[in-house]
Amino acid sequence: MNKTQSTTDPSIETAAEIGQLSYRQLIWQRFQKNRMGVISGAVLILFYALAIGADFFAPYHYNEINMRLRHVPPQRLHFSFKDGFYVYGLKSVRNPESLELEFTRDMTQRHPVEFFFKDTDGKRHFFSSAGPMFLLGTDRMGRDLLSRIMYGARVSMTLGLVGVFLSIILGSVLGTISGYWGGWVDNLIQRVIEILSAFPDIPLWMALGAALPPGWSSIQIYFGITVILSIIRWGGLARQVRGKVLAYRESDFVMAARAAGAGHWHIITKHLMPGCYSHIIVIATLAIPGMILGETALSFLGLGIRPPMTSWGVLLEEAQRVTVLLHYPWLIFPAVPVLVVVIAFNFLGDALRDAADPYSD
Amino acid sequence: MPTLLAISIISFIIIQLPQGDYLDREIQRLEEEFGDSSSLAQVEELRERYGLNEPLWKRYLIWISGFVRGNFGESFEYKREVNELIWDRIAFTLLISIGSLIFTYVVAIPLGIYSATHQYQWSDHFLTFLSFVGMSIPAFLLALSLMVFAFDIFGVPLFGLFSAYYEGAPWTWGKLNDLIKHLWIPVIVVGINGTASLMRIMRGNLLDVLGQPFVQTARAKGLKETVVVAKHAVRIAINPLISILGMSLPGILSGSAIVSIVLGLPTVGPILLNSLLNEDIYLAGTLIMMLSLLLVIGNLLADIALAWVDPRIRYE
Repeated sequence: MNKTQSTTDPSIETAAEIGQLSYRQLIWQRFQKNRMGVISGAVLILFYALAIGADFFAPYHYNEINMRLRHVPPQRLHFSFKDGFYVYGLKSVRNPESLELEFTRDMTQRHPVEFFFKDTDGKRHFFSSAGPMFLLGTDRMGRDLLSRIMYGARVSMTLGLVGVFLSIILGSVLGTISGYWGGWVDNLIQRVIEILSAFPDIPLWMALGAALPPGWSSIQIYFGITVILSIIRWGGLARQVRGKVLAYRESDFVMAARAAGAGHWHIITKHLMPGCYSHIIVIATLAIPGMILGETALSFLGLGIRPPMTSWGVLLEEAQRVTVLLHYPWLIFPAVPVLVVVIAFNFLGDALRDAADPYSD
Repeated sequence: MPTLLAISIISFIIIQLPQGDYLDREIQRLEEEFGDSSSLAQVEELRERYGLNEPLWKRYLIWISGFVRGNFGESFEYKREVNELIWDRIAFTLLISIGSLIFTYVVAIPLGIYSATHQYQWSDHFLTFLSFVGMSIPAFLLALSLMVFAFDIFGVPLFGLFSAYYEGAPWTWGKLNDLIKHLWIPVIVVGINGTASLMRIMRGNLLDVLGQPFVQTARAKGLKETVVVAKHAVRIAINPLISILGMSLPGILSGSAIVSIVLGLPTVGPILLNSLLNEDIYLAGTLIMMLSLLLVIGNLLADIALAWVDPRIRYE
C-alpha cells in the first residue's frame, strides 16, 4: 500500500475526485493499486519477450540433437572469480543393470559460460558455452530442455492469444447481433451456444484434434488447434456481450441516437461496442489460461501440436509415463512455466476485472 | 429433446471427420498379409455389414435409430458390441465424478465461509493465493506429480482403480475396500480445480450477503456472530452455488477423462482416446454422446434441486 501512495501523484487523486480523469486513466490508476496484478503483468511481459526472442535467449536451437548426450541431468551453474560462471564437464558411466549411459560431473573439466556467445553458424546467443551446458538437462534425443522450453513458449503462449482473439471476434460479433436484433436470430444463436456448452470440452477437443489430417504441416496444425480451441470457447463471451448490449439497447443515449437518425452500424460501433470493451478485455484475459491449458492437455495426449514443432504440451508428453519420470525427473520441468503463466494470467484478469469498473467501490 | 438431437448430429459428424476409416487400414493390413486383392471381397463384406457404403445421412439415421433402442453398433477395434464395453466404464466415470463433486462442495463451502469471515487477514490472503494456484494447475499435471510422489513414498504405483490382486475378481468387501483406497486420489485430483473456483465464489457471495441490511439487523438484535453467519448469511449465500452445480459438471467430466488417461483408470477417458486414435467411430460416437447425455441430465437435476431449495424460483 505504501508503494501506491508514493507512485500516485496527489494532484491525480484530487483530479479523480472532481471527475477530471478519463475512464482510461481511472482504470490504469486502479489497476496499479493491485500489487499481484502488476507483478503478474510484468512476469507475462518477461515471458513473452523470452518467447519472441528465443533465437537469441536460448543457448541452443530447439532441435539440436545430440545422441551421445541423452538424458543428461540438469547441470549446476557455478561461479568463481577466476572463471566467471561455469559448469563442470560430463563423465558418462554405463549403468550395469539398465545398460543406459548415466552422466555425472567431471570435476577436472570446467566449461565457462559466455555471454553473447557466437555459435558455429555465427549466430549470437545471450549465453551459451563451448562445452555441453544443459542447465535443465536433456531429453531422450539429447536436446537441451531449457532451449526447448523457450521455443515451446512461442507456440504455447501465442496459441492462447490467437485463440482468444478468434473467439473475441466470433463472440462479440454474434453477441452483438444476438442482443441488438433479438427475435429469431437471437433465439438461434442462443440455442447454438447452449448445444456447444452441452459437450464436455476436453472430450470434444480430443475428437476434433483427432480429426486433423495427419498430412498437415506444423503451421496448419497450429492454426487448426487454435480454431478448435476457440470454436468451443466463444459462447461464454457472446453471452456476456449480449447481456451488455441488451442493457444498453434501451438506454436513453441509444434512443437519442436513434431518434437523431443514426443507422444500425453507427449505433453499434459508436454507442454499444465502447461500453463492452473493458468487459471483453477482462473476459479475454481470463480465457487465455484456459486456452493454454487446453493446448497443453491436447498435445500431452498426442492430439495437439505435433513434433518437430514444440510446445509445453509436447514437452510434457515425454514425461507422461511414471517409469520415465522416476528415472529422469527433470522432464517434468516444462510444467513450471505452464503454471507460472496460467497463474499470472488469472491474477492479471482478476486485477483487470476490479479495475474495469472504476466507478464502483 | 431438440438439444439432444443436435448433440447427436454433431457427435456423429465429428467422429466422421477423419479421412478414411477403420476399414481402410484393415484393407491395407489384409493386402500386406495376403499380397493380393482377393481379400477385397472380405473387406467389401465388412463394409456392407457396417453400412459404410451408405451416404452419411442414412448412416446417421441407422445409428441414431439403433441408439435410442440401446443398440450402439459394434466396435471395430474390440470386435464386440459397444453396449458390452461401455457400461462399467460409465459407472466408474460417474463414481469418480460424483465423488469429486461431493469433495468439491464439502471442502469449498467451509473454506469459502472462513475466507469471507476473515476478509483481508493473512489467512484469507493465503487461501486466496492457494485457490488461484488450485484453479491454475492442470489436473493431469497434478495427477502425474501425485503419482510420482506416491511412488517415492509408498513404493507402489497408484495406477488403476484396483490392486493387481483384485483386478477382474468378483465383488467382495475386500475389493470394495481396495477400490476406496485407490479412489481418493482421482477424486481429489479431479475436484481440485472446481474446489478452488467454488471457494472464490462462496467467498464473494457471502461477502455480498454480509453487507446487507438484514445481517446488520440480526447483529443489532444481539445475536452471536456465529449465529448471524451460519443462520442468516450462509443460507442465502449458498443458493447460487446450487445453480453453479450444473455449470461445474463439464469441467468435472473433462477432468475425469484426462486424469483417467494419466492414472490408467477404467473410465470413459482412456477408451475414448483409444477409439479416437483408431477411428473406431461407433465406440467414439457413443462415448461422446453418453458424456453429453450425462451433462444434460446433470443440468436437469441441478435445476430441480435449485427449484426445490429456493421456492421463489418458478419455471414456466
